[in-house]
Amino acid sequence: MYNSDKVIPGIIIFVLFVTFPIWWNHGKSVAAPEPELPKKGRCVESKEYMRSHHMQLLNVWRNEAIRQGMRIYTSSDGARFWISLQNECMKCHNNKSKFCDRCHQFAAVEPYCWNCHIPPETKKFKAPKASRLLKLFGVPPVLHGSSQAESYGHAEH
Amino acid sequence: MDRRKFLKLAGLSVTLAGGVPGFLNREVKARAYTPPPGALTARRWGMAIDVKKCWEEPNCNECIKACHHLHNVPDIPDKKREVKWIWKDEFEHVFPDKPNEFNNIIFTHKPFLLLCNHCEHPPCVRVCPTQATFKREDGIVMMDYHRCIGCRFCMAACPFGARSFNWVDPRPYIKDPNPKFPTRMKGVVEKCLFCYERLEKGKMPACVEACKKKALIFGDLEDEHSEIVQVLKSRFSIRRKSELGTGPSVFYLL
Repeated sequence: MYNSDKVIPGIIIFVLFVTFPIWWNHGKSVAAPEPELPKKGRCVESKEYMRSHHMQLLNVWRNEAIRQGMRIYTSSDGARFWISLQNECMKCHNNKSKFCDRCHQFAAVEPYCWNCHIPPETKKFKAPKASRLLKLFGVPPVLHGSSQAESYGHAEH
Repeated sequence: MDRRKFLKLAGLSVTLAGGVPGFLNREVKARAYTPPPGALTARRWGMAIDVKKCWEEPNCNECIKACHHLHNVPDIPDKKREVKWIWKDEFEHVFPDKPNEFNNIIFTHKPFLLLCNHCEHPPCVRVCPTQATFKREDGIVMMDYHRCIGCRFCMAACPFGARSFNWVDPRPYIKDPNPKFPTRMKGVVEKCLFCYERLEKGKMPACVEACKKKALIFGDLEDEHSEIVQVLKSRFSIRRKSELGTGPSVFYLL
């Protein structure tokens, strides 16, 4: 073999580099997330079912409630619940950052529920933030009134 | 086998096969979805606005305040980007097909209350590519914000300007948020929903309840005995741009 003094160390370095994530993390484990469960009360379904299927359940809930007008859910053991993420789920799970976020951050998922639904711990909304693009063009992040503001009335488009 | 025996046997088989096991194992219907009990229902919800009663208090904005607070409608000062569910405007904008030029003089500084007309044949629903806006069986033109992709076809289709687009994140412009109702996000279209969430709980819409002069009459247009039908039968009323054939469900009593 030609140049074996260079090729063999090269192969060894390459293999070590490629398998870096395996041996670097070997034997280490990341602590499992510990969402804070409500002290009392029951959930709509069993803990195991909710753990594995809450996303499917919430998806069916939103379609049934908004599109079909079916607001009452009868669970598998016959208990009845008002379908609402913001007003029913969060009544017991009253802290989004200690319940929802703990697992979602661990699993690196970002559900967009909270773009619209208000988490129970939010009392006031923050002022708008200037994005890089707005800063680049010197556009103020807060919208201001136009000079033609009247007490009522403006042209319809 | 004669006819009599056959019928006896058939009856017995049906009872054993269907009736008896069903009776013995009476399970609760599991994982079922049902409409809420005590909800106000109708075949076609509609509203009549008694304009003369409304003019008795020209500076009153109680209905607008109640609605916009309850539904987390942002107060954006920029008129180009504002969001509104219920608002006021002048006669010439509200009824552009004015009968004659003197109407504008009669109605100077007389505000008309405007909101989504919940049309019988809503053009916004026809153009929505994702069925994010759709017509419910009770006549409410509903929004499913989960599905809205912000294409604004509905805004182009609506002849009443009843829809607003969220050009920016509306949350910073909500001074006093109502924790019982969601907000909207940047990039969706929103409008009045005839307080479907209050009807579900057996309550009248927020604007109707907030009106001090009882100028807003809300009810079932297909129920002959409802208050709204009685009023519309006895008084002259007009609808906005009815010549377009969308069939608005909001009536203006003059």
